[in-house]
Amino acid sequence: MKIVAICGAGIGTSAILKVNAERALKRLGIEADVTAADAASVRDVAEDAQVILTSPELVDIIGKTYADVVVIQNYFDLEEIAAKLLTALG
Amino acid sequence: MLKDSSVLPPLPESAVTIGASAATWRDAVRLAGDALARSGAATPAFADEMIRVIEEFGPYVVIAPGLALAHARPGPETLRNGLAVVTLVEPVAFGHAHNDPVRVVLGLSVTHANSHIEAIADLANIFNDASAIPRLAEARTIDEVLAVMNWDGDTA
Repeated sequence: MKIVAICGAGIGTSAILKVNAERALKRLGIEADVTAADAASVRDVAEDAQVILTSPELVDIIGKTYADVVVIQNYFDLEEIAAKLLTALG
Repeated sequence: MLKDSSVLPPLPESAVTIGASAATWRDAVRLAGDALARSGAATPAFADEMIRVIEEFGPYVVIAPGLALAHARPGPETLRNGLAVVTLVEPVAFGHAHNDPVRVVLGLSVTHANSHIEAIADLANIFNDASAIPRLAEARTIDEVLAVMNWDGDTA
């Protein structure tokens, strides 16, 4: 399973999302590969991803994708991240 | 485990500005850029880069209620990995749908795109504690800010 965390610059916020998504997945007992990337490279990086994690502001930039786009409001809220990942991963 | 040089160094006093006034989000980000420049982590022009990221991609840098993580790509303006903390007297709107207004602005300078994940993990250790943002926002001394930011999550 592949999950991609997206931010504008590919630095900083996507890395926080990656780190906390990994922590949330560990809580859920789900194995997945989480990658951090910038919005410009989303089409290449997310081509084979099941889930894209991002901010409400970046949804439009990501555009059409086969992946589930999961919008995270508070990047430090592990419960929000875990709950939304669980919903997306079914 | 040995940590490599990519880890954020302890936050120095020079990278902290408390009780600042900012009329706009641009002013607030510029204050974070000033603090990064003062501490030697970036050149003064880095503030413009951080502002440009928000102009291009929107206020997604407001990643939690009341907290903005201003940042930009590594470049000639980034001198070393470093963080700055600015607290605002009056909260400022960045235009984020859920997390406005912002009371605490972090500035982040990293010199290599692939070497910052571990440093960010340290940052997550600090802010996954929901009390960290209000404690920073209400800090009245630089020492109170340093106590929040230089907390070593590894010992917990």
